[in-house]
Amino acid sequence: MSCCGATPDFEGMDEVSRLVSGKLAAFLRTLRDNGFAIGLAEGQDAASLMASGYAAKPGLLRSAFKHLFSARRSDWQKFDGLFDAFWLGKRVRSRSLAMGSTKAANNPSLKSMQDGAQPGGSQSAGDQVPSSEDAPSSRGGEGRMEGASRAENLAEVDFRKLADPARIAQAHEAAAQLARIMRTRLTRRDLARRRGYRLDLRRTIHRNISHGGVPISLVKRQRKEKPLRLIVLLDASGSMSMYTSVFLSFIHGVLDEFREAEAFLFHTRLAHVSGAMKEKDAARALDRLSLLAQGAGGGTKIGESLQTFNRWHAARVIHSRSVVMIVSDGYETGDAALLGREMAALAKRCRRIVWLNPMMAWEGYAPEAKGIKAALPHIDLYAPANTLKSLTALEPYLARL
Amino acid sequence: MKDRDEIAQALAASGYIADSELATAIALMQRLRRPLLLEGEAGVGKTEVAKALASVHATELIRLQCYEGLDQSSALYEWNYQRQLLAIEAHRGHADTIEDQIFSEKYLLERPLLSAIRRGKPPVLLIDEIDRADDEFEAFLLELLSDFQVSIPELGTIKAVSIPHVVLTSNGTRELSDALRRRCLYHYVDYPDVEREARIIMARINGASASLSLQIARMVECIRKEELRKVPGVAETLDWAAALVGLDVRDLHEAPETVHETLMCLLKTQEDKVRISREVSERILGKVA
Repeated sequence: MSCCGATPDFEGMDEVSRLVSGKLAAFLRTLRDNGFAIGLAEGQDAASLMASGYAAKPGLLRSAFKHLFSARRSDWQKFDGLFDAFWLGKRVRSRSLAMGSTKAANNPSLKSMQDGAQPGGSQSAGDQVPSSEDAPSSRGGEGRMEGASRAENLAEVDFRKLADPARIAQAHEAAAQLARIMRTRLTRRDLARRRGYRLDLRRTIHRNISHGGVPISLVKRQRKEKPLRLIVLLDASGSMSMYTSVFLSFIHGVLDEFREAEAFLFHTRLAHVSGAMKEKDAARALDRLSLLAQGAGGGTKIGESLQTFNRWHAARVIHSRSVVMIVSDGYETGDAALLGREMAALAKRCRRIVWLNPMMAWEGYAPEAKGIKAALPHIDLYAPANTLKSLTALEPYLARL
Repeated sequence: MKDRDEIAQALAASGYIADSELATAIALMQRLRRPLLLEGEAGVGKTEVAKALASVHATELIRLQCYEGLDQSSALYEWNYQRQLLAIEAHRGHADTIEDQIFSEKYLLERPLLSAIRRGKPPVLLIDEIDRADDEFEAFLLELLSDFQVSIPELGTIKAVSIPHVVLTSNGTRELSDALRRRCLYHYVDYPDVEREARIIMARINGASASLSLQIARMVECIRKEELRKVPGVAETLDWAAALVGLDVRDLHEAPETVHETLMCLLKTQEDKVRISREVSERILGKVA
């Protein structure tokens, strides 16, 4: 076995023509734009690999770069497409993220969000009727449907323009503050309640060797606290459009303040958005989200989304002190029975399921939708959440967990 | 690249049938001196990679199994307290010399991480299921993996004699930090395709003929496509193949009863068992040529 083990020789850089290193830098930029976490060291390693013969065959270089630059499964899966597109000039078939946000100002589903964000907007909660008659013709001529439809709406919704900036800032601040309160309460109560101190014999003996083994100073053990983890699943479908903006701000606040929180967005598919939401700057976070939320404004497949969650994410994100918070109106355009099954599976895993339904506070609302009927038996707390006030009302409940 | 093919051959000789991408990863691991992070479903053979790597290099495999609450004293080093106490008792009255004595190599217990960096010949260090360890341990590991030196307050800094080949595995029960991921080469271990799985069965199970191995691999592939709660991994396939060979099955079509009854090697939950009923298993068997 030839164990070359050469440290990356930077003299090797000379062999790489200037052109290639320029191209490599551009490739790294492309990868970074697509969410790869790549540092300087990786760039240097890549250059030394190219200098040492790996660039001779595209397949080999692709495989080597794939290992070097990928850091998680999602990177792993999209790498080949990106590599081929960049180096071999093939078209990427997967919908990889384009740079920058698109102009979505004249996007009808966005328009509905803007209108809906006004307090007390009387817009009907778009239903699952897949009729296109009530879809106003879009101004931009893009022919997208208003409200919910079975067709996947691939609009790139720009969440930043949901409402006027002042209102967004206000909502965000309130939500962040709320999240902060929840977090501190939880920790303090937890510490005060658990007094499971045990003597750590091993360390006590170690510490007291200088006293000839006579235990003078004792070392104690304290149970490690697991902070409460909050997992938010937000329905970003058309029927929820009037509330999405506020909840996105809330989630951003929650992720900012809770050490352990995860956020998912769903409509016809499920998207893991914690990464995008962890951006400190709210506006930038929402900007990144607009890329992830392609399809918002289409129908809602809660059951299928939950199935994806249970299958791929639940084991990783849920632990014994997890609360799953689902924010949705429960209008399911898919299979309601599937939703019931997946809710049951989810209930087995986590400590509590909180379902927030903004429509609940509406006058004359009854949980008639098939989806919510199927889900209700598995929910621990079913509460309205149409105002920040009702969100605040949740805090004592979460604090008790 | 020459070393890649060599590695693939050496792995095959040691009983691990690798795909070409994994061979590249191992070649890179040596060239760039980076740890290799393996992710994938349970039972796809992540741990086996490290074992095969150790036999390729003809070196020792040092394994650190991670779990919640794993700390420095069980991962890195610990003092042998009992012995220290004994020494104190035995040398009572020589207080000035005793302290130097009891904090010497003789009283140091090496744990996997320390012993991995003190071997003359670089061993393979397998850090198994890193996702089960706490965040704090992960941060500590990151430091060790970049400097390859350990400081023991009573003894001073211990530098690595040789840099071990580090393999980390993760099942994805927790999200790993970006820093650790960036530091490592990444390889996603997927379920093998039919042909490779058949080769794995032949390499691992004595008495499995080529045709039977292929049948088993095809059947398992079909079963994986069913909606199961726990998708069977390669380890389960091998169990099943061993069971079939042990029961003298030469051809799956000759013994549909046995096939169905031994499916418990593959299906590990009640729900999955109900789903793959006798009819379903016969239907799948029918599809397997």
